[in-house]
Amino acid sequence: MSEIKVVHYINQFFAGIGGEEKADVKPELREGTVGPGMALEAVFKDDAKIVATVICGDSYYNENIESATAEILEMVKQSKPDLFIAGPAFNAGRYGVACGSVCKAVKDELNIPVVTAMYPENPGADLFKKDLIIVETGNSAATMRKAAPLLAGVALKLAHGEELAGPEEEGYIPRGIRKNVFLEETGARRAVDMLVKKINGESFKTEYPMPEFDRVPPNPAVKDMSKAKLALVTSGGIVPKGNPDHIESSSASKYGKYDLEGFDVLTSESHETAHGGYDPVYANLDPNRVLPLDVVRDMVKEGKIGSLHRYHYATVGNGTSVANAKKYAASLSKDLIADGVSAVILTST
Amino acid sequence: MRLELGKIKINDVQFGDEMKVDKGTLYVNKAAIAELVLEDEHIKSVEVELAKPGEETRITPVKDVIEPRVKVSGNGGVFPGLINKVATVGEGRTHVLSGAAVVTCGRIVGFQEGIIDMSGPGAEYTPFSKLNNICLVIEPADNLLQHDYEAAARMAGLKAAALIGKAGLDATPDEVEVYETKTLKESTAELPGLPRVAYVYMLQTQGLLHDTYVYGVDAKKIVPTILYPTEVMDGAIASGNCVSACDKNTTYHHQNNPVIKEMYANHGKDFNFVGVIVTNENVYLADKERSSDWSAKLCEYLGLDAAIISQEGFGNPDTDLIMNCKKIEEKGVKTVIITNEYAGRDGASQSLADADPKADAVVTGGNSNELITLPAMKRVIGTLAFTDRIAGSFDGSMKPDGSIEAEIQVITGATNEIGFNKMSAVSY
Repeated sequence: MSEIKVVHYINQFFAGIGGEEKADVKPELREGTVGPGMALEAVFKDDAKIVATVICGDSYYNENIESATAEILEMVKQSKPDLFIAGPAFNAGRYGVACGSVCKAVKDELNIPVVTAMYPENPGADLFKKDLIIVETGNSAATMRKAAPLLAGVALKLAHGEELAGPEEEGYIPRGIRKNVFLEETGARRAVDMLVKKINGESFKTEYPMPEFDRVPPNPAVKDMSKAKLALVTSGGIVPKGNPDHIESSSASKYGKYDLEGFDVLTSESHETAHGGYDPVYANLDPNRVLPLDVVRDMVKEGKIGSLHRYHYATVGNGTSVANAKKYAASLSKDLIADGVSAVILTST
Repeated sequence: MRLELGKIKINDVQFGDEMKVDKGTLYVNKAAIAELVLEDEHIKSVEVELAKPGEETRITPVKDVIEPRVKVSGNGGVFPGLINKVATVGEGRTHVLSGAAVVTCGRIVGFQEGIIDMSGPGAEYTPFSKLNNICLVIEPADNLLQHDYEAAARMAGLKAAALIGKAGLDATPDEVEVYETKTLKESTAELPGLPRVAYVYMLQTQGLLHDTYVYGVDAKKIVPTILYPTEVMDGAIASGNCVSACDKNTTYHHQNNPVIKEMYANHGKDFNFVGVIVTNENVYLADKERSSDWSAKLCEYLGLDAAIISQEGFGNPDTDLIMNCKKIEEKGVKTVIITNEYAGRDGASQSLADADPKADAVVTGGNSNELITLPAMKRVIGTLAFTDRIAGSFDGSMKPDGSIEAEIQVITGATNEIGFNKMSAVSY
């Protein structure tokens, strides 16, 4: 491979322009290395070369994120790089956010490898660690000597298309992406070893640190159902017979929107369940058991419910990841709101 | 209670006129097995086929895997309450045809049946690729409802395993493992300084094809109770469920529960392993509250210092796992939980459907959503007709060239939650 062309992003401070008083300088493109770029090039040797450095004031960037990102992207494009590096930002909050945000924009727009580096408590790390490889640094520029070779090493690997090892080996901040690995011991042995350590008060390492759990408080009760426009949404897999959208029996990759017009009740001729996580016999015999159309139609006639939305939404909540479930809910609730729906019955199985 | 497990190593399985073990080879009589299975009018036909390690063979859709065992001495017989009369098992001597298994497969019951590849990349994920498998390809009677078919297939597997197990009755074991659990009073007196620990064994009981049997009782109808660990080795617990293949505990898993085995290994040195608390994973909130209250109460009653809690299944049972963990920790009992993950195909999602900071010691069996490509195999035992629809696959999983692209969820035992395998997951 020929020499890798690198564009490097730094702030006004590391460019030697000045501190806080110069934080409003606009984006500027300079040829070659500036400031910390030299430490990176020392590691690159003949493998890669910093062809240009983009400099931007931290205040300017954070106060004009959209326009500054666009300006910087233009500058990066001109240099046609193979690799983009930002920082290290250490514990400088606005610099960290700028590094993360610019890296993400370059990655999305130019589709080239990007990498930045900062202290794990930098707000930029929290914002962008899911999207980017962020090499972990100490909290001040005094740790540059340690940070530069790590950053340059990871950057070269990415530019060469090599797969990175784990965050501990490579020195980057975990993105929270789970990958399967085969260990020396069985799970049962690991559990007993962990238990003995826990009993003895020795340190042990959990294999899955518990996440901050996203609990959704229920909305306040609907005051007057006789005026509500109700929609039916289910994760119990009730779909028109034949499952036209091929919603998977487990780990559903989509949800469906289906017309209820003309149906007073659901029957085994008209609907079925796509769900693979429970005995389908009773749901298929009478799909109203999972999607209670029959009762809702009655209650609309009786005036207890204002009206029923024309469509129902269905997916399969079986092995479906929390992230996907959240995505489907965000998308279909936009639809529901646009259609004037004011209440939803969510049925699960 | 003291149990001797006589392990008869089986290196090969062949068809023969009589059921016997000769120099490590198990001979099975095809006609006798078929005749026994066909006693059940719910089964129209059965094919008996053999699958051995290293073969280019795929078995699917797999329902259950059972290890053939026979009671040589002591109370009762294998699978009490199901195959033999209800009698308390777990003492005396039991012979094990180690390295052999009965696999029930054939037409789908409920989309949560799995794949066992005897070679190739898929074989790495399932412990059953290392066994000499006697496969029952079952065809149900016409118009049989799913749950009746499940019951018929379950009993066919257990009956066949009990019949084959008898071949080990007079065989000389290659090794004899001895497991003993004394009464609480005796073990406390003998091991006065050691912390007391137990195993909280959660059984899949969500119902509608997700059931487990304890001494023949449907476990969703039990309240948490205590077993001697050796009872489990004699088949006190049998699987009857179609939860996703990767994390269902087959009957084989129950018979060979590795948590029990590993806790015995440290018993008397690091702690006093006093017993097993079995509990369930019902779907009603009242049942979840009652069962987790009781499992915590039993931990307290036994005066435990620590416990290992294992889960079966995913999603809804995550709540039972977290409730058990939280309530047991609140009793001052330290816990380690064993679970697995559904972090999405990209691994970026939150892994469990429930969480609590008290669950600070977790062992994971890996991310079940991770994708794998299973190359075509020369021989299929069962049918590929349902491959696009089993849990973990999707429309187009089955490729024209016979290969399968799917989540490892489809592989029987891949992300087991009683710690049977060496797989784990790490954060990248």
